[in-house]
Formats: sequence, structure tokens, C-alpha cells
Amino acid sequence: MLDRLTAPSFKEIDNVAIIKTEKRVLKNNIPVFVLNAGQQELVRIEFIFKNVDWDINNPLLASAANALLNDGTASLTGAQIAEAIDFYGAFFQTEYGYDHSVVTLYTLNKYVANTLPIVKDVLCNSVFPAKEVATFINNNKQKLKVSLEKNDFVARQQLNNALFGDNLYGYKTQETDFDKLKTENLQAYFKKAYHPQNCTIFLSGKVDEQLFNTIESLFGNWYSNATFTSNKPIFNPNTQKQHTIKKTNALQSAIRLGLPSINRNHPDFAAMQVLNTVFGGYFGSRLMTNIREDKGYTYGISSGNATMEQAGYFVIAAEVGVDVCQATLHEIELEMNRLKTDLIPNDELTLVKNYLMGSLLGSLENAFSHADKFKNIYFYGLDYTYFDNYIHTIKTINAQDLIKLANKYWDWDNFYKVIVG
Amino acid sequence: MVNYKKFTLNNGLRVLVHQDSTTPMAVLNILYDVGARDENPEKTGFAHLFEHLMFGGSVNIPSYDEALQRVGGENNAFTSNDITNYYITLPASNLETAFWLESDRMLNLAFSEKSLEVQKNVVCEEFKQRYLNQPYGDVWLKLRPLVYTLHPYRWATIGEKLAHIEAAKMEDVKAFFAKHYNPQNAIMVVGGNVDFEDVKALSEKWFAPIPAGNKYVRSLPTEPAQSQAINQTVYADVPLNAIYKVFKMPGKMDNDYPTADLISDILSQGKSSRLYRNWVKDKPLFSDIKAYNYGSIDTGMFVIEARPSQGISLEDAEKAIWAELEALKNDLIPDDELTKVKNKYESTTVFSEMNLLDKAMNLAFYELMGDANLINTEIQKYASVSAQDIKNMANQLFTNTKATTLNYLAK
Repeated sequence: MLDRLTAPSFKEIDNVAIIKTEKRVLKNNIPVFVLNAGQQELVRIEFIFKNVDWDINNPLLASAANALLNDGTASLTGAQIAEAIDFYGAFFQTEYGYDHSVVTLYTLNKYVANTLPIVKDVLCNSVFPAKEVATFINNNKQKLKVSLEKNDFVARQQLNNALFGDNLYGYKTQETDFDKLKTENLQAYFKKAYHPQNCTIFLSGKVDEQLFNTIESLFGNWYSNATFTSNKPIFNPNTQKQHTIKKTNALQSAIRLGLPSINRNHPDFAAMQVLNTVFGGYFGSRLMTNIREDKGYTYGISSGNATMEQAGYFVIAAEVGVDVCQATLHEIELEMNRLKTDLIPNDELTLVKNYLMGSLLGSLENAFSHADKFKNIYFYGLDYTYFDNYIHTIKTINAQDLIKLANKYWDWDNFYKVIVG
Repeated sequence: MVNYKKFTLNNGLRVLVHQDSTTPMAVLNILYDVGARDENPEKTGFAHLFEHLMFGGSVNIPSYDEALQRVGGENNAFTSNDITNYYITLPASNLETAFWLESDRMLNLAFSEKSLEVQKNVVCEEFKQRYLNQPYGDVWLKLRPLVYTLHPYRWATIGEKLAHIEAAKMEDVKAFFAKHYNPQNAIMVVGGNVDFEDVKALSEKWFAPIPAGNKYVRSLPTEPAQSQAINQTVYADVPLNAIYKVFKMPGKMDNDYPTADLISDILSQGKSSRLYRNWVKDKPLFSDIKAYNYGSIDTGMFVIEARPSQGISLEDAEKAIWAELEALKNDLIPDDELTKVKNKYESTTVFSEMNLLDKAMNLAFYELMGDANLINTEIQKYASVSAQDIKNMANQLFTNTKATTLNYLAK
């Protein structure tokens, strides 16, 4: 008779084999990190630039320059760029984050010679035509209007502003900011930021010597005399902790709670990841178990260690029924304080450790994800020992360590509490 | 190319095995052949609510999630109008845990009253979060009943209204389980770093003892062809006007589906696509305009969704949309453009093969459609579509009398 009551035996994960990138350098010193793996005949080519010269008088310059990159070069119109990329089934994406602007080409290897020169043209010769800038401004003003109707968007903006003040990480976009964007200032920003000495290349997928040579011949002779200054945000946190924004007829309230905290560089970060997982970092977390699975107050509640290169914060997020908003806050406080006073039971801690190891293993799905692992640490000045340490922390941390950590970093009264709805 | 082998247990459970030794992980995906289209019109949203209840404990295992997390696994599920799909990813060395968990909840649920009460609340909050408390969130709640008069696609997966979910009872839950959740109505795909013989043995061990149950025979009304334009205007607390135009289109397995699918790519795939290029960039009448389809098994929806720029009248917006559709009806599309959308389809297919879970889900879906190997052969159907096919299909789809239009306007 089959025993369905007893769980099958299982193995703990001890070994996580992260495929390491190989560092190469182009003639002009652009670092190229190569991760050659995978079965499919395709490759991802990423160009990563640090954001520079953030200026409150034109706060959207970096994000707009990134978004408008593929809208025209000295020799190709935006339409021609799009046509050429799409024709070869490639994907050309731009992505803006607080710290970096990224330009990514996904392409089948057989079409690299057709698609990569276009990227080269975009990175070296974008012109930001006035007509495209005007369209961008109109469309993004309209998008902002829609976003401002979303409680979660408003709450996130408010929290970041309270945590950091008016700078790179905390600035709240205003509709009028878009009007400051002009062809001339976008071109000027482009020359400074999209600069060979500010560029790092990641190649992942099927990467052979021929591809590297193509990269070398296209980007190894790229020089520029422009100068740029790295961003050094000065933080100006709000003294007021409570921020409530009322919305009439709201069915739900967006809750965002945040506290300045450590980033990935800090020696406690791996341990904080474990603590966060217990608290609100996975489906079985304390917050989910109590507030969703026991009380049914929300579709989802989570917490996380948000990390940027020059700051970090701890955040808790949920959308809850308006009538249970206060009750939810109360339960969050209880759960947080419980982690500061009561040791995490052994059984729960073991489960979380196993879960985290499985999650790490599962996050290494393909060549791209192996490369992402390195990308996540490289710009923090970290190396692969970060993961050795992360695994060691998961394996060895105990309940005493975690209670100390909760007391060191969490203080309910110090949390910024943003409620929208 | 996605490799797989297949066998069927005596109780009717179909099992497909996809071996991929480049990953240390395994996936166990179970598709149940039940979706919102199988619901009682008075009890909509039930298939999705039921999906939540599948995590509320099974007959021998009180906590599904906990047991899985303990071995380093993760899981999730989704419900559509057509199917309900559950998946686990976990370290391949712990594969048996997935068999234990999935077979126990196919065998029987714990039917906990507490779980039902809590999940009704959770789903109501999900309803509010995604459909009611979002700008434009309720569009499909309003549009589906305009597009469909008979077919149960006339309600959304989340349900027609909160009251239907609030009214769900344990007897409904039990009846739904008995009707739909048995080996005959399920397809399992096991993929990743697994061995075919092991999977076979594990399937026999854990799933073969489950009673076959009754085969659910679906008998849904066919949605009649539309012969008159349908227009509705609603006003809501949104900052911008939006237009949704829907045309009925062939279901996923219809021979004409790839042609209709390629038309949405011509209109809307990438920044060189017609809608974006002509109407967001060259003549910026819209801040956003796109075309897509739902990939439904039965008669589906081809959708044009547009946000006119401020100051653009609805009449001008309508004209622009029709100008684009008329161009497809009147002119053969250039060879280069057809090659382009086919190339894009090919590369999308290759990229999706990098993802184990995607492969497992697609195998299950195509097996439901009658042949898992469609995962490898679909591309040929797309490759054989001609410019004339596109033109014919555009003429078949896009006429004013077959359009359903919702003008969703700022108050």
C-alpha cells in the first residue's frame, strides 16, 4: 500500500554551479564579459552605461535619452532602425534604471552581422530628432497621467521621495519635467553618458571567437573626448514618517513601508536576505501566511531588500481592502516585532534555507541568467566570492543571528509609512 | 526542436516527458482541461477560485506549499477561459516530492471550510486589485458580454462580479472537483534533468492508483457570426480616452489562426509595425495603439486597443484605425514585410526554447489540442502563409458589421 502520508525523502542542495563569465578587453579598454553556454543559436549582447550628471533642473534627461536612442541616427531614421532590427527577428531594447542605462540586442547568431552594426550606429550617432522628442514628451505625459491614477505607483513614488529626497533615487516626476527635454540637451547627455569609457559589454548565449571579433571590429575603435561626472546623490530624507494620500471611492489602499537599510555591498546583506525571506520574501512567509492565507486581507503582500549602488532600503508592499488597512498595519507590526523577540523555530528556518537554495539553483536557467548573476554583483565591485558567501550564510546562519539582525535593522517607529487609497 | 516521449496510464492520465540535461532543475506541469468557459453562468469565476483552493491542502497533505518549499521547490498556477494549469519547479534530485504533492491533490482535496472562506476573500481582493481599482481595469468585464452573446467567453476568468465569488459554497467546490479534476481530464508534462524510465515508474507509483473518474464532455454553444456593428460608450474616472475594437477570429487550432495571428504581428509586433510606425510616430494621433489576440481555443477576439492623443477626436481616431485595416484588405503586403513577421515568429520560437517551464506548458497545451508535436510543427503553418492569405483573412475579419467597439472615455 502506497504511503501518501509521509513525504518522500529529499536531498539538500549543496552544490550550485554558476557558470562564470570570462573577462576580455577591447583595444580601447571596454571590458567585455563573455558567457558562452546554451544550445540555441542565439546571443544576447548588452551595453551597460552608468548614468551620469544627474541634474534636478532636467531630471528626466537620462531616462529620456535611453528611451529615444533608437529613434534616429545621423544616417538612419527611427523607422529604418526598427525595420532593420525587426526584419532579422531581433529584439532591440533599451532599459533605464536608477544606476544604469542599458541597450540590449537579442539576435539569432546567423544575423549578427546584419543587426549589430545598427546598434553600433545607435550608440555612436544618435541624433534625437525634434519631432521624435515632441512625440515622446506628449506620450509620456499621458502615460504619467495614467500612472498617477494607480495607487501603487503613487505610493512607490511617495516612499522613494520620503526616503531619499529630491535626487536620483527619490525624485517625483512632474508633468512639466518633460517640457525640459530638447534635442540639444539630449544630444549633449548622450555624448557624455554613451561613452566608450563608461561602457561595459556582456555577451551571453552562443558566443564564439567570430562574434568576439565582430564586437572588437565594431566597438574597439570607439573613442570620445567628452567628459562626464559620476552621480553622487546627496540624500535628504523627509522628517515626516507618515504619508497618507486619500483617494475618493478607492476599493483598496496601497501600503508601502520603507526604512533606509543596507545594500548588496554590506557584509550583512546575505543574512538580511534570509531574514527577509522568513518575513515576507516568499509565498510561505510570515506576512503571506498571516495576512493573506489566514485573514484574506490581500491578494499579495511581500517585503524585500531594495538595493541600489549608493543606497539600500527595506520595503513592505501590499494592496489591501480599505476597511482592513489599519488591521493589516497592525499585523505587519506584530510580525516584525515577533522576529525581534522570538527565535525562528528550527523547522521553519530549515525550510527557508532549503527554499533559498532551490531558488538559487532555479534562477540559473540558461546562459542569460548565469550572466545576470555576475551583472548583479559586478557594478557593486563584488566578485564571485559573493555567491560563495551567500551560500555559506544560508547554510550556517542560525536563529540567534537572525534575531540580532532583526533588532539591528528594524524599528517599526522609524519606518516611513505611505498609504494611498 | 523540443524532444518528448509520451505514455498514458490506465486511468487515462496522459504523460509527456521532455529531457533537458542542461539544467539541474525539473518541472512538473499539470494542465486540467477546465477553464472559465466551463462554468455555470450563475457561478462565474469559479474555475479560478477553485485554482486557489487547490493549494488549501489535500487529503493526506495539510500544506502543499510548505512541503514543496522544504525541498527547494516553487510553484504557481493560472486559470484562463480555456484551461487551468499548475506547475512546480524544483531541484531535479527532489522530483518525487512533486509527484507526491500533485498526485495527492488529484486524488482528493481536504475541502477545508476555512480555506474556502479565506480564498474567497483573497480572490475578491485580487478582483479589486486587478480589475476594479485600476484605471481601465474593468474593460474586459464590459467588453466580453458585448462581443459574445452565447458563448461562455462572455465573462472574464476572474468572474462576472464579486457577488458570484462571495456566494461560492463547499458543495459547489466538491462537485467541481469531481467533474473536472481527474486523470482523464489532465495532461502531465515532466521536464528538465529527468530520466524517462524514472518518470514512468514515478507516474505509475503515484498517479496510477487514482480512479479514472468520468470524462468531462464539453458541449458549448458556438458563437454565431456577427452581422451588425456593436457600439458602446462608457465614462469612467480615467485621465484619457481609450478605444477598444474587437473582431471575432478563428480559434487557436483553426487552419486560419496563423494567418490572423500574423496580421496582429504586421500591425503591432515591434517598433516597425504598422500601427506604431504610422500612428504613434509618423502621424502621432495616438499615444498608444496596438493589436493583439487572445489565442483562445474557441472563437477568439482580435483586438485593436488605442489611446488617442489629447485633442484627437474619436471620429479621427476611428478613421485612422479603419484606414489601417482597409490597407490590409485592399493591398497585398510586401514580401519583405511578410518575411519580417515570419522571421520574428521564428526567433520568438527559438528564444522560448531557452525556458524549461515554457516548453513544458506548451507541450501540455498542444497535447490538449490533439498533438504535442505541434510545438515543433506550428512554425511550418506560419511559414506557408502567403500575402494573398493575409489579404483574404483581413477581408474576412475586418468589416464594420462585425466590429464591436467600446469607447472608454474620461468623465
